[in-house]
Amino acid sequence: MRDVFIVGIGQTAVGEHWDRGLRELGEAAIRDALADAGMERVDALYAGNMMGGCLNGQENVATLLADAAGLLPLEAWKVEAACASGGAAVRAAALAVAAGAHEAVLAVGIEKMTDGVPDSVTASLATAADQDYEASHGFSFVALSALLMRRYMHETGRERAAFAPFAVTAHKNAQTNPRAMFREPLSVEDFSSCAMVASPIGILDAAPVCDGAAAVVVCAQSMLRPHHKPVRIAASAVATDTIGLAEREDILTLGAAAHSAARAYKVAGRGPKDMDLFEAHDAFTIITALSLEACGFARRGEALDLAAKGCVAPEGCIPLSTMGGLKARGHPVGASGTYQIVEAALQLRGEAGPNQIKGARRALAQSIGGHGSVAVTHILEV
Amino acid sequence: MDLPRYHRLRSAYYRLEGQRCAACGKVQFPPRASCRTCRERHLEPYRLSGRGAVFSHAEVAQAPRGFAAPYVVALVRLEEGLLVTAQLTDVEAPDVSIGLPVEMVTRRLQEHGPQGYLVYGYKFRPVLTRRPS
Amino acid sequence: MRAQRAVGIAGYGAYVPRFRVSTADISAAWRARGAVAPAVAEKSVPGPDEDVITMSIEAARLALDRARADHSAIGAVWVGTESKPYAVKPSATVVAEALGITPNLVAADMEFACKAGSEAMQAAVAFVGSGMVERALAIGMDTAQSKPGDALEYTAGCGGAAYLFAPADDALAVVEASVSHVTDTPDFFRREGAAYPEHGGRFTGEPSYFKHTLAASRRLLAEIEATPADFAHAVFHQPVPKFVERVAEELGFTRPQIRLGLVARRMGNAYAGSSLLGLAAILDVAEPGDRIFFCSYGSGAGSDAFAFRVTDQIRDRRQGTSVEEYLDRGQRVDGYGHYLKLRGKIKRS
Repeated sequence: MRDVFIVGIGQTAVGEHWDRGLRELGEAAIRDALADAGMERVDALYAGNMMGGCLNGQENVATLLADAAGLLPLEAWKVEAACASGGAAVRAAALAVAAGAHEAVLAVGIEKMTDGVPDSVTASLATAADQDYEASHGFSFVALSALLMRRYMHETGRERAAFAPFAVTAHKNAQTNPRAMFREPLSVEDFSSCAMVASPIGILDAAPVCDGAAAVVVCAQSMLRPHHKPVRIAASAVATDTIGLAEREDILTLGAAAHSAARAYKVAGRGPKDMDLFEAHDAFTIITALSLEACGFARRGEALDLAAKGCVAPEGCIPLSTMGGLKARGHPVGASGTYQIVEAALQLRGEAGPNQIKGARRALAQSIGGHGSVAVTHILEV
Repeated sequence: MDLPRYHRLRSAYYRLEGQRCAACGKVQFPPRASCRTCRERHLEPYRLSGRGAVFSHAEVAQAPRGFAAPYVVALVRLEEGLLVTAQLTDVEAPDVSIGLPVEMVTRRLQEHGPQGYLVYGYKFRPVLTRRPS
Repeated sequence: MRAQRAVGIAGYGAYVPRFRVSTADISAAWRARGAVAPAVAEKSVPGPDEDVITMSIEAARLALDRARADHSAIGAVWVGTESKPYAVKPSATVVAEALGITPNLVAADMEFACKAGSEAMQAAVAFVGSGMVERALAIGMDTAQSKPGDALEYTAGCGGAAYLFAPADDALAVVEASVSHVTDTPDFFRREGAAYPEHGGRFTGEPSYFKHTLAASRRLLAEIEATPADFAHAVFHQPVPKFVERVAEELGFTRPQIRLGLVARRMGNAYAGSSLLGLAAILDVAEPGDRIFFCSYGSGAGSDAFAFRVTDQIRDRRQGTSVEEYLDRGQRVDGYGHYLKLRGKIKRS
């Protein structure tokens, strides 16, 4: 398989875009990514999107974007892996180039959530869970994460406040990301005293409902040009776990995240200590903690120690959410995985501005769907 | 209207009926095409006792469409050893704790509006009385 | 009426939901100061996830557990109620499926206002007694609505019981005989689609409840050549405790005889479940050899009277939750507003 490089990135701000729908958001990200790559056309477009159908009444999203961006008649289709759709779209693009099927491919992650009323959005998010044994029983996505968080707190004896550093760090980093949705700082007190959504998950543990689109152009070596700052996709791996939380071997081990990370490390010939930053799937602080453990940064039950020691801050040993993460940059669900790649690429290009992680050369990005039922892990290197 | 889907789920929903593998003896829920443990396909219906204890719990404040918050959801560790996700009922959130002994009851899971269909299924409540074996 | 072969109750189970509303709270919302005190202090209220189907399932499960029968022998299930979750679609089939006894059986819902449950009992006695089936399940259960502010709102409670009928050799209480007394008397009714019933005020008393209960009871006593003194316990339909006390007195039953069955004092009138619940409360403590007198009443109107004789087998068939335990677990709702929300009486669109 050939080497694959990211040569173009584009992203809309994440927020409540009342004036833009799927077409407009997608076209903006695509246009920016193509301009960044210095390309007018690519061979294919894979669109990562989770709820175009159930929330927006629009399937066939890749065709919609190809049309809106003036790219017809290129190959295009939608990639769906719940909240990991954006990451899976990048995987699809990387595979197509690596296999020699195409020379340059666009991966776009896109979600338009704010057109729906809250209970419709909640119901749409629940389609990532087990419909028959979770969603149909009234389990919201947040409630499933809350079950994990409470059990984790029970087994480790830790309080909710111990999770605060994940949210606090994300918000701090977002302050200097002009594309981030939430740019006010968050204190530990704010975190500890906020309203509950599904106890013990509070409103400040959870990523917001929002809109956004991010795009990357990936290409083969043959397409590299002098003006590019290529970031190599050293590894890209996907793994799955039971769709229902109750059927996991151990509910506090994100098996899919661990397997996909292990595969990615193996392919890249790297380990956790080689990573200069980690764009984790911080939709909920509990998932951040479990992701750190799944990817080998802490043993089971010890992720909160990393947080307490300041390891996840920009100066720490494993900076997280460097541009705000899902938590503060925002989590337009099907798009987040692509935002992670865009942000990791910015870091490795040295273009992250005030958020720059010094000397960053290797980035781990992981996008998770459902409650760890599917995980897409990428390792990027320069 | 999803009527066929809920109809297919009735033995699991109404009776908490899973399966026992004829080959390795393991009990599983929900029912599926093959044994999760040994992959064999000879499985017999097995009605779980419904007795267990709360393994984790959460109170839903923002419900998905079709449900009315607040209500409590839980992971229940059944006496057969497996976990099941379900709502708790007949109990207020502050009175729920990990380890609380619970038993299965059949309740209304969903009502699709005053003119719409009803879905019945399992929930768990704190054990009422010691039941006969 | 007697069947070809002797039949009896092989297992029974009751159900009362845990919520209660104080009738003083209802009074505070609607009545003038100095109004007559409500007939009962509190009544039972179904939880948001309960209805006649869920309640019937729990009562039936208990009845089957106690009967220890081979459940594949159950050939019929009837649910008698006036608060069907579906106007068209049987509750009995959901109950049967939940019990795991489909598909070789007869199933249907029955309606005869508050005597729909005893109606189901009559049918069960006939099916088993004729030899058509070996076991039949009769359920009386209600979560009946009542108009806000109306007299019935102070008494319309919910609950009921399930009875598994079998040949007499498997019975904890044998059916000696039964009668039914029916006329067309429109004292209380509810039109299709109407949320609340209408009633004729005092017309529901003398010409309705009393006329039919007295007639059925007297005819049964005559048929089996018994007098009230022959019975250890008596249970009647319970719209309000006063009606039961008066009809008992007119027939010659004493206060001690009717005490155990008079569950309405604790929970209000469970409509089609009322007399069946009262019977369950009696069975919870009855002794072998006790004779029990039972007479229901349903508006429209009619009464079913039964005479039972308790056997030795009752001693082994009372495990699980008793009526007293269901009544004791009562939890007051947060005032009349909370009650209205639970009963779906607040207009939301």
